[in-house]
Formats: sequence, C-alpha cells, structure tokens
Amino acid sequence: MTTFINGVEIEDTFAEAFGMWCGRVIITAADRKWAYEAANKMTGFATSIIACGCEAGIESDLDQTPDGRPGVSILIFAPGKDSLARHMRDRIGQCVLTCPTTACFNGLPGSEQVSIGGQVRFFGDTFQISKIIAGRRYWRIPVMEGEFLIEEKFGLQRAVGGGNILILGSDPQCTLKAAEFAVEAMKRVPGVILPFPGGIVRSGSKVGSRYKFLKASTNDPFCPSLRGVVSSAIPDGVNSVLEIVMDGLDIDAIEQATRQGILAACIPGIRRIAAGNYGGHLGKFKIYLNKVLEGVHFK
Amino acid sequence: MITLTIRAQPQAPLEAGSITPDNFQSKSADQILNLPVTHGNERTLIGDFFDVDGDGSAEIVLNGDLSRVKNIGAGMTLGSIRINGNVGMHLGAAMHGGEIKVFGSVGDWAGAEMTGGKIHVTGDAGHGLGGAYRGSRHGMNRGLIVVEGSAGNEVGAAMRRGLIVVKQNVGDFAGAFMIAGSIIVFGKMGIRAGAGLLRGSIITFQEPELLPTYRYDCSYNPAFVNLLFQTLRNDGISIPVEHAGGCFRRYSGDFNRLGKGEILVYDQR
Repeated sequence: MTTFINGVEIEDTFAEAFGMWCGRVIITAADRKWAYEAANKMTGFATSIIACGCEAGIESDLDQTPDGRPGVSILIFAPGKDSLARHMRDRIGQCVLTCPTTACFNGLPGSEQVSIGGQVRFFGDTFQISKIIAGRRYWRIPVMEGEFLIEEKFGLQRAVGGGNILILGSDPQCTLKAAEFAVEAMKRVPGVILPFPGGIVRSGSKVGSRYKFLKASTNDPFCPSLRGVVSSAIPDGVNSVLEIVMDGLDIDAIEQATRQGILAACIPGIRRIAAGNYGGHLGKFKIYLNKVLEGVHFK
Repeated sequence: MITLTIRAQPQAPLEAGSITPDNFQSKSADQILNLPVTHGNERTLIGDFFDVDGDGSAEIVLNGDLSRVKNIGAGMTLGSIRINGNVGMHLGAAMHGGEIKVFGSVGDWAGAEMTGGKIHVTGDAGHGLGGAYRGSRHGMNRGLIVVEGSAGNEVGAAMRRGLIVVKQNVGDFAGAFMIAGSIIVFGKMGIRAGAGLLRGSIITFQEPELLPTYRYDCSYNPAFVNLLFQTLRNDGISIPVEHAGGCFRRYSGDFNRLGKGEILVYDQR
C-alpha cells in the first residue's frame, strides 16, 4: 500500500542493510575545536567500504567524558572484526595521536574487546607508561607536545550498515533542502552516523559495472539524465535524486533514523521517497519504509 | 544487613579476621556470635565482645570504638563493611574485593597488600597504608584507598598497582620502592618520598622535599590526571575544583634504580 505524507509518495519498498562490526571512539581535547579537528580527520575518507575499507562519522557531541573535557563520539564500521580493528588503530594513530591536546577512549566498554591502544603504545618506543584506572588500562605515550592518553582496549559489536532513503524531487534545490532537513533529523538519533559528505550522497551506486574491473558504478535507474536511455526508476516530474546512507549500532536505531529522515524530507517539491535495495538477496536486514512509519500520525 | 555493636572493650588487641562479608553472608546471628576471634593469646568468640543483629547478609555495619580490633575485612572478596568509629590495624589487608567505609580513623597497615576493592576513611590512617609487609615483594596490587585526613609513613610502599588518595598530609617514605600505581597527596609529604621508586606516579599539591635522584623534565598537563580525578568524582569522592585541569612539574626518578617513575608537583604559578 502506498502512503502519502504532505503529498509525498512513500514508495512501498525497503532498504537493504548489511551486518557489520562497529566500534565507538571517544575523543576528548582541551576544547571542542580540537576534539572536532581530530574527529573530522579520523572520519575522513570513510564514506563507503567499497573503496575506503570502513565507514565512519561523528555520532554526537559529548558533555560528559571520561576525563571531564569536551569530547566527540565517533562510530566506525567495517565488514569484519579484524579489518575494523586495523582501521581503528591506523586512524587513531594518524589522526588522533597527532592532534594537539587530544585523548582517546573506548565508547563500547561492555562488548567484545580488541587491543587498539595496546598497539598504538609502541609509538612510545618503550617510554610509554601504563595506568590501570577503575579496572581499565590506559597508555600514556610521550609526545613532543606533552603526553597522549589512550585506552588499551576498545569494544566492537555487531551492527548494521547501509540503511538508506532516496529523496526524489522536482528540482535539485528542493531536493537538497529536503535532504538537509532529513540529515538534521537523523543525526539526532543516538547510535547512528551518516558517513557521506554532509550526510548526503548524490552518486548512489549499483553493484557491478559494464567495466569488469569496477565493483560498483552509477545507479543508472535513478539518474535523471538517463531517463530516456535506461529502464528508469524515476517518475515523471523528478529531476534530482539524493540518497542518505546510514550506519547504526542496531536495527532499531536504523529504523528510527529512517522514520525521522522520511518525516523531515517530505516538503513541497518532493515527489517520492524510495530506498535502495538489491532485491533482498544481499543484505541481512530489510527496512520497509511503510513499516517504520507505522504508528506515526501524519497528514 | 548485619550490625555488630561492641559491648566489651578488649583488654588486649583482638584479632578479628573472621569479620568479613564472605564469612557472614550465609550465617545466622547465632553462628556469627560463635565465630572465633583471638583476644591476646586466647581463643574467644565474637559474641564475647559484640552484640549481633541481623543475619545472612554481605553488608556489615560495625558500631563503637574498635581501635583495638584488628584485621577486620582482611581478605574479603565481596560485600561491604561500614564502620562507625575508629578501627585498629590491618583493616582490609589483602582484601580482594568489596568496599569498606570508615567514619573515623584507622590504624597501621590498612589495605596492606590488597588486590582489589575500595577503602574509604573519613579520618586519618596509620603507617603502611596500602603498603607491603616486611619481607614482602609487593604492597597493594589494584584497588582504591581514599583517606580524607592524613596518613603515616610508608604510604603505598612497594605498591604494584592501584590508587591511594590522601586528602591531607602523609609521613616519610611515601611510595618508597613503589613498583607501579598512583598515589595522590593533597597535603604535604614527609621526607624521601619516592625513594627507590621503580615506576608509578606520586602526585602532590604541595612543594615536596625531593631526593637528589630525581630530575626535572617539564611543566605540563598530563591527561591521565584529569581521568583520575574524573574517576574519583564518579565514585563520589570530592576533588577540590582548583586542582582540576592544572599544570604539573614532572620529575623523573628514582635514578638510583630504574628511573621510570615520576613525581608530579602541582604548579602553583
């Protein structure tokens, strides 16, 4: 059954999401500026596992942090535990260790633990100092600025990656505005990140390509300029499509973010909200757009 | 909850290592009254000195002046002991877990060689707080001790891990032969603090009399001190605001030994 919100069609379809592993990194610094400097660097070039190997984003600002300083929470996702741990180690080592005044803590203490700080500590070249505080081990690594503090172990947990919505609008301006509204609403959901620039993807991809060497290529059924060339999925009157991809700590968080995103994106000029899937053959999770809207009262 | 109230003051030290939550949690009041304690060189019973109220609990409350009662909570692994009054030597020695809170002062060797758990003393502590017994290789090895008042000599001597916080002054040889762990002293330290220290941190807020075998490194704000303070605050232990986020002068030592330890001195400037 097709649903309409503010005159916007909600397609009777589902987003297909995948099982992934996730870690949460808490970065603190002398002030919020430097916490964000480190967080932005650490989550850079982490939009899609297709080419980046991991997906990462800033989850939220933190007022209460382990050391009482301003902080930022980051979520980072990868298909496997080993690759996730490797990306966390490398990104913390290159982007947080190097950033003035920062310290780095585990944000998932109750889950399966891997040694991250326990590897980064070798940068200290035997001058590093171990501290066990409240049962958790930390490493103090001497650096030129003073000292870098990092927790030894970081938790990893099973998570969900690749939830998405597609916003189909009559022109690029209103489509972008709707996507921005959706991003603002979705970012407020705890346990969710939107790994693409500004949370928005303009170049959604399909699996495979006419080129044998390419794993993914442009999602031609949703490209307005190819409406007359391919079997298009774009209805009449649609001239721009933007996608919002989300990763979450669990399926509930993804469903909640999907709901908030759809509700925020239904503004004048938007014709349809859809979702990307692979026929249900690839992903472990299906997020039905109509199902996540059940119980929501709208015009 | 089990409440013990001292009825008769012992004439000689009373060895009461049987007063632990581990011992009490599955016993009736009658069984507790018949647990052994050593009075001087005599075998006696808890009931000879204490009134007991309650049974079958790992929460113990002790009331009265227990200055001559030793070894309370020694080796305990769980539960809690709350003491309303002063208490004697070896409180919580070699304890492994659980929590002891004393509304009064404690004798020597409180928390000596403990391997976990928490001791909070609102008054003063004697010598050897969290330290190692003579001939032992290690003192305290994990756990937390907080003393709101002052402590005696050899605080944290040869400690291996854990944290000791003393809000006022400590005596001589604080952290002597310390292997690792942290000691925070808000008041003054006596002479020869950190003598023979291998690793570990002594953090102090008053100018210490440093041994010549310590070398000045720098003045900085080590992030782990913020973490220590925040952890203590989360545990309900107040830290003066003026001490948070400050700058410390770092002295490495003791270069008579490994030289991988440190004394951090709060920079008043």
